[in-house]
Amino acid sequence: MTGPTSGSPIADVGTTTAAVKSISPHTMPAAAGAPPPKPGAAQSRREWLLTDAPASRSQAAWGRRYQVWLAFRRNKLAMAGLMVILVMLGLVLLAPLLATHDPGIQELGNRLAAPSAAHWLGTDELGRDVWSRLLYGGRITLGMVVAVVLLVAPIGLLVGCVAGYAGGIWDRLLMRVTDVFLAFPRLILALAFVAAMRPGVESAVIAIALTAWPPYARLARAETLTIRRTDYVAAARMTGASPARIVLRHVMPMCLPSLVVRVTLDMSSIILTAAGLGFLGLGAQPPLPEWGTMIATARRFILEQWWVAVMPGIAIFAASLAFNLLGDGLRDVLDPKQR
Amino acid sequence: MSTAPLVEVKNLRVDFPSATGVTHAVRGVSFSLGKEKLGIVGESGSGKSVTGRALMRLLPASTKAQADVLRFGETDILHASERQMRALRGRRIGLILQDPKYSLNPVMTAGAQIAEALRAHRRIGRREAREASLDLLEGVKIRDPRRVHDAYPHELSGGMGQRVMIAMMLAPNPELLIADEPTSALDASVQAEILRLIEELVDTRGMALMLISHDLPLVSHFCDRVAVMYAGQVMEELPAAELHKATHGYTRGLLECLPSLTERRPRLPTLNRDPAWLAPRP
Amino acid sequence: MIEIEKLDIRFGATHAVRGVSFQVSLGETFGLVGESGSGKSTVLRAMAGLVQEWTGRIAVNGRPLARRRDRAFFRMVQMVFQDPYGSLHPRQTVDRILSEPLAVHGIGNADARILRALEEVALPRAARFRYPHQLSGGQRQRVAIARALIAAPSILLLDEPTSALDVSVQAEVLNLLSDLRAARGLTCILVSHNLAVVAHLCGRVAVMQGGRIVEELDEAALRAGRAAHPHTRDLIRLSHDLEGMTP
Repeated sequence: MTGPTSGSPIADVGTTTAAVKSISPHTMPAAAGAPPPKPGAAQSRREWLLTDAPASRSQAAWGRRYQVWLAFRRNKLAMAGLMVILVMLGLVLLAPLLATHDPGIQELGNRLAAPSAAHWLGTDELGRDVWSRLLYGGRITLGMVVAVVLLVAPIGLLVGCVAGYAGGIWDRLLMRVTDVFLAFPRLILALAFVAAMRPGVESAVIAIALTAWPPYARLARAETLTIRRTDYVAAARMTGASPARIVLRHVMPMCLPSLVVRVTLDMSSIILTAAGLGFLGLGAQPPLPEWGTMIATARRFILEQWWVAVMPGIAIFAASLAFNLLGDGLRDVLDPKQR
Repeated sequence: MSTAPLVEVKNLRVDFPSATGVTHAVRGVSFSLGKEKLGIVGESGSGKSVTGRALMRLLPASTKAQADVLRFGETDILHASERQMRALRGRRIGLILQDPKYSLNPVMTAGAQIAEALRAHRRIGRREAREASLDLLEGVKIRDPRRVHDAYPHELSGGMGQRVMIAMMLAPNPELLIADEPTSALDASVQAEILRLIEELVDTRGMALMLISHDLPLVSHFCDRVAVMYAGQVMEELPAAELHKATHGYTRGLLECLPSLTERRPRLPTLNRDPAWLAPRP
Repeated sequence: MIEIEKLDIRFGATHAVRGVSFQVSLGETFGLVGESGSGKSTVLRAMAGLVQEWTGRIAVNGRPLARRRDRAFFRMVQMVFQDPYGSLHPRQTVDRILSEPLAVHGIGNADARILRALEEVALPRAARFRYPHQLSGGQRQRVAIARALIAAPSILLLDEPTSALDVSVQAEVLNLLSDLRAARGLTCILVSHNLAVVAHLCGRVAVMQGGRIVEELDEAALRAGRAAHPHTRDLIRLSHDLEGMTP
């Protein structure tokens, strides 16, 4: 609020208690020593992880991870998000076992059937089993989302941090490039890229990634601009560290939390862009099942045979929501001050 | 009413619940305050700011504040409605914070902020408000009130900003002024000026002052009474003039560990914190 | 050991430092005093290589320094910052903070060195794997001092090292600094607004005002109040006033 002395009373008091705690002598648990805890009594493993005075770096690291987990577990919503995502991943990975039909097999005599014992979630306009298509489609949709995020987040982070930290000509250059990408409507730019390449899942991923990174770069740059003026970055410079080391090891970890949140908020829009591309025939190609494409093709029957469009819709909704909740929880947990 | 002190605090306890347990920030503080200047001194984490904020009920919602008596004028602060508290804050109790850089609105001129403070509590016209704020600026001894009136906070020095802050707080003519480290962000020369100004204003307007600070010698110089806090408790309360007669180990320690300009000391005595100080006191 | 000649620093239109010259010999502690905005911290930051917009001459051991400093420079010169809340990376444990300089300079045996550094600044071993926010202000400043000293520099720059601390903690940190200085034979430059602190640690003091050094005097003259410049006299009088308040 106001500063170190009068400052936030909670923090003041907190540090005092921490100080008192750290001065008191500690009894080392018997298990202290080499990494992974011995699976002896559960109580001693917990003690080993939660000790106030870790004996080694690895013990401290494991203890920290355990505390992150404990903090995360307290956040009910985030746990729910994590559970939904784990269940989805499980379903999708076990698709061959769980699918009741081949997702590609058409049964034209049984088009647009309502949910029944034979077809749990009904059939689509070509008589394909929606449940099976949902399972296999999840592989493509979730795979695309993960691939896009893995491509986009590091690129945005790197561009933004370098631009923000280096400043001057680098900043201007990188940010103008970012602006150019930012200026195009997302779908149009993606369309152009896919059109230039061969339509398919891979080109869709690259196209979405190309259009999705600029906001991340902007965000990372804004954060970096404040971080680079801090004393701890000056202190890092005083150690003689190279600019690359400072950006990678000192600046980037500080940008990560806001990026994580942004990524999870973007998940749903990535799914929808993928769907849009699929709908225009530039994403996943038929007969490949993909959630967005499934909705797109089913929109004609949405009033009479609602289940065809609603089922993949629920899947997209659940996935986006779960990612959001998870991201929110992760942000809280990633900040050591929150624990 | 005439005999009762303006502020009465008996056995104030403030707890901050957190994920790992409860932190007892204030553990049974009692004092009363009439039309006088009380200094509350302590190190960071001693609970001095929390005590001041508890009086204005400006603590986070999760905080638990209890007291046998917590009274300002005729208002029972623990049980007052939010509406009553709003009427109290600003109008009857003014609060000056450490750094004017953060407590002034950066996109409003100093004059506009003072006028706003005036108009929040009194129905007056624009022109009248301007006159009144110029008067106030003059009252806090700003030599060029017109320039400061139209200046934005970033155009003012720290000391000038703090004067504006004080003028703002004085606008509704409060009965009690709580100054929480009002000068720690300022240079030593400005520090003394600001404190002297506060002292003078408090004296001429007949206000009560609660000066919260970590600087024991400085506070004792400007206050009638000093309460020394440690770990959420008042260790010792004594008239400022008798500070040299302080008996408590903590007070003595605070006074002795300062480096001196006049006297050469190769090693500074450090404070030995006696666990007995933490014991609850009556 | 350190020579600064006609140092001039401009940030855009502001002329922060105007022709500052002074010398510090081996093992000496030199003080820079002044009010906020006098340019004292800027001089220190230019010396540390954190401010590049300077002209003039900064030399260490007779060799002039370039604007960009190499790794060897940072092995020799280290700095302790004013705000222990801001100078430690909030997401790094004490262990990580202390191992950074070792990793950068390729110094081996990190484990033993970190333990020794913690011992030297009287921090409990339990502090090693804690985050800065879990430590008190004094403990944080000890970590910052340990970080500055872990690669064994010969020059230590101190930027208001105790002004963010409680007075009782200030006494502890000042004692620690004088012990470490004696044990390692450090050459120091101390920037502070507090004359008593400067007199406590420094043999010689330069008083700055408006970006200029207005007067240079030794500890005895400072304590005796034998100052020629009015600004110095003002500062001394203020400091005496404040002390006079102590009964």
